[in-house]
This record gives sequence, structure tokens and C-alpha cells, in this order.
Amino acid sequence: MTAAIAIGWPTVAVLVRRAGNELVRVPGAAIPGVLAPTIFYLGLTAVFGNLTQLPGFDADSYQSFIIPVSLLQGAGFTGAATGVNLARDIEQGWFDRLLASPAPRPALLAGLVASAALRSLVPATVLLIVAFAVGAHWPGLLGLGIALFAVMATGTVAALWGCTLALRFRTQSAAPLMQAGMFILVLMTPSYAPQELLQGWLQTVAEINPVSQVLEMARQGFVPGDVTWAETWPGLVALVGLFVVLGAFALRGMRRMAD
Amino acid sequence: MNRLVDNARVVAALGRRSVRQTFRRPQLMAPIIIFPSLLLAVQTGGAGRAVDLPAFPEVNGFLDFMLAGAMIQSCMLAGNSGGIALAVDIEMGFTDRLLAAPISRFAIVLGRLAGTAALGAFSAVYYVAIGLIFGAQIEEGILGVLLMITFVTLAAVAFGGIGAAIALRSGSASVVQGLFPLVFVIMFLSSAFFPADLMLQPASAIADYNPISFIVEGVRDPVISTVTGEGAWQAFASILGIGVASLGLSSLALRHRLRTGG
Repeated sequence: MTAAIAIGWPTVAVLVRRAGNELVRVPGAAIPGVLAPTIFYLGLTAVFGNLTQLPGFDADSYQSFIIPVSLLQGAGFTGAATGVNLARDIEQGWFDRLLASPAPRPALLAGLVASAALRSLVPATVLLIVAFAVGAHWPGLLGLGIALFAVMATGTVAALWGCTLALRFRTQSAAPLMQAGMFILVLMTPSYAPQELLQGWLQTVAEINPVSQVLEMARQGFVPGDVTWAETWPGLVALVGLFVVLGAFALRGMRRMAD
Repeated sequence: MNRLVDNARVVAALGRRSVRQTFRRPQLMAPIIIFPSLLLAVQTGGAGRAVDLPAFPEVNGFLDFMLAGAMIQSCMLAGNSGGIALAVDIEMGFTDRLLAAPISRFAIVLGRLAGTAALGAFSAVYYVAIGLIFGAQIEEGILGVLLMITFVTLAAVAFGGIGAAIALRSGSASVVQGLFPLVFVIMFLSSAFFPADLMLQPASAIADYNPISFIVEGVRDPVISTVTGEGAWQAFASILGIGVASLGLSSLALRHRLRTGG
């Protein structure tokens, strides 16, 4: 046990450093993950900005209302990119060498998802700069901290989803599935309007979608501006649930890969 | 005359190949059907109450308003997918083999665009069907549907020309793939998803002059109101303008490729 931990932590650190190196040496690889949510943020703000005039819309600034959606989208894309990178490593045989090493399997997985959590701060930083430039409210230090925590946790969950698919299909062709999964989950929430203003099937889906709770947790600092425990704990529970379920799938995939 | 028939045969054969290729490769088909359908569903459910805004045009429902935007988004992405497929053909050497064959060079490009046109028509029919299934009403009836399909098919050719021009000039699928975000920038700066008057500035002002807005309005009119000569003409002129420019650029790019070999 002690030996596993002794090998595990350095393994996690090395894998995180490798992901960091990739970010520094191939900065272009991070551009799509930054560009897509930024375009969507600016586009949705310009197009649907006047929805705030609707009776019952509890925000006076659409820039503030929609920014948490884009933050989670950015984290989702970054997590999916981790899955694509793992699929590439599997295709090229590099991951086989990792599996042949004495590093514990959970440590390999932890290294991948920890790097995704850190990398998800890149699109988040760009998005926040753009958002404040176009008039989003300052959420306060606590609100900002909670939003960034939600970003890192969503990046982790998305990476677990991406890794599960990468370990299952073992090809980069599964990339659209990795990206679409989180994209759909983030959009099928009160993303465009508050829950009470959603219509039809989306209202029902958004109510049972756990990412809605994560979104509300990330949003509270921006809209309405007060951070409360009541708005925070459901998001934490949703994140823990997603982490446990997807983590179990990813670990199972890792064990099957090793067999 | 015989030459014309031969070229038509080449265009038809390459068009069929292009359609088959798109249906066989999910990565080409997904942007045309899955992505716009998903956005249509989420935007209709998420922003559907927008019809209660005071200046919103009279519509039966937000889905009626959004259908045209989804169709044009789909055919722009079909043009992009066609460009990616052409670039892959160039990368794999298939286009070189066609260029060595005793056929008109421009028929090779037209073949790809014929396939894109077929996909445009398919996407128009698909979105009309989706709209009708989920409760949209098309005010102008069957004739309106035919006009919509015609506009979307022609628009697909015009947008396909842009994808083809970039594919021929760059010869790289990843360069054409890079246009994907640009499609959304252009769409967001048009009246595809919301009335231009209700959008925020400066997007609202840009949407007033964006040719995509005129095309979308031309496709939208038969659904939410009545077709007017002015609206239909503006849509047709916009498609024609983009089509002439994009086919001209494709022709120049093809000549450049033939002259320099890449």
C-alpha cells in the first residue's frame, strides 16, 4: 500500500507535467478549446441578450447569466481533449509502455484527470477576461473561486468521460463522441434562460440533469450575486456523483486495457 | 453536345460519390444533421419564451422562427464538410487521378458541388419534417416548402463553393476544418437565430447587412408569413452573389493548383 502510494504520487505529478509541457510546446493545440466557447459566449450574448427583458428573467445582464455556461463548456472541451490525447497515446503504443510500468492504474488515471482539471483553467481565464471586458458582473472572490472550482471539477468529470471512451474504443475517431457528451449535458440545463422560463422537454430534462446543479453553483456569484450554501451543496453532490460513476467506468476500462 | 453529356455524366457520378461518402462517414454527416438539430432543440426549449418580447414578429411558435436558421446552418456546414472531403481527396491523391483523366477539370469541382446540393436538399426536407413533427406550421403550404427547398439547395452550392475554393487552394483538410468556428461567427452575426432588431449592438447592425440574413429571411418567410417579391429577390440575389464569388474563387484555385501542382 505504502509502496503504491510512493509510486503513485510521482506518477501523477509526471503525467501532469507532461500535459503542461504539451501546452507550452504545442500552444496551438489549446486554441480550439478556447475559441469555441469564446465564440459561443460572444455569439449567444449578442443574439439572446434581450431575453433579460422577459418577465421572470432573474438577471439584468445576459453577459453575467451566460458566462458560467461557457466556462463549463470550455472545461468540457478540455476534458474531452484529454480523452482524445489518451486515444492518440493508445494508438501510438505509448500508453502500453505506461501499463507495463509498475505505476498503479489509478495513478495513471489520476494523472490524466488532474492535468485536465488544471488545463481547464486556460479557457476559463480567457473567457473571464472577455466576459469582464463586455460587461459581465464581478462575482466577488468567493463567487469566482466557486466558479473556478466548478470549472476544474467539470474538466475532471469530462476527462473521466473522455478516458472511458478512449479506453473502450482505443481510437481518436471516438473524439466527436467525447466532445458531444459534455456539450449536450451542459446545454441541456437552464443555460439560455432560468429554469422557470424553459419550455417543453427541456424543462423536464434540465430538472433532472445533474449538470444543472453544477451550473447554478457556478452561476450564483454572477447572478444574483450572493453566494449561499443552499445554491452550493446540490452542485457539490452532483459533481461527487458524476465523479464516482464516471471514475468507476474509467477505472474498469483501465483494468480491462491492462488485462 | 457529346462533350456536354459526358461532363454531365461525370458530375452526376462524382455527385453520387460525394453523397455516399457523406452518409458513410459519421464525421461528415454529424455537422449537417446532429449539430444543428441539437442546437435547434436546445434553443427552442431554452429561448422559446422570446416570442413574448414586445417587438418579436408574430409567429405560431419559436420553432417556426428557428427552422430557417437551422436549415441555413446545416447547409453552411454541408459546404464545409464537402470542402473537407475534397481536401481529403487531394491529400490521398484521388483528385490527381481525376485530373489525369480525359474529363473537364471544372466538372470535378461541379461534381463535389452537386453532392453538396443534394445534401442541402436533403437537409431542407429533413428540417421541414422535423418542424412539422414538432408542431411547426408552414403558412405558405406546399409551394412554400418547395421554395424553401430550392433556396436551401442553391445556398448549399454557394457555400460549397467556398469550401471547395479553400480545399483546392490549401489542399489541406485541417485548413478547411478550421472554417468550422467561422460558420458560427457568421450565423451569430445574422438574423438566423433571432430577429435582427432584438439583437444587441453591434451584432444587430451587422445582421442588417449580412447576406446570410437575407437568405434566412427568404427561407423563413414561407413558414411564418407570406412570401414577398422583395424578400424572395433579396434571398436569391444574396445566394447568387455568394455563388458567383465562391465559384469564381474555386475556378481560380483550381487553375492555381493545375499551374503549380499544389
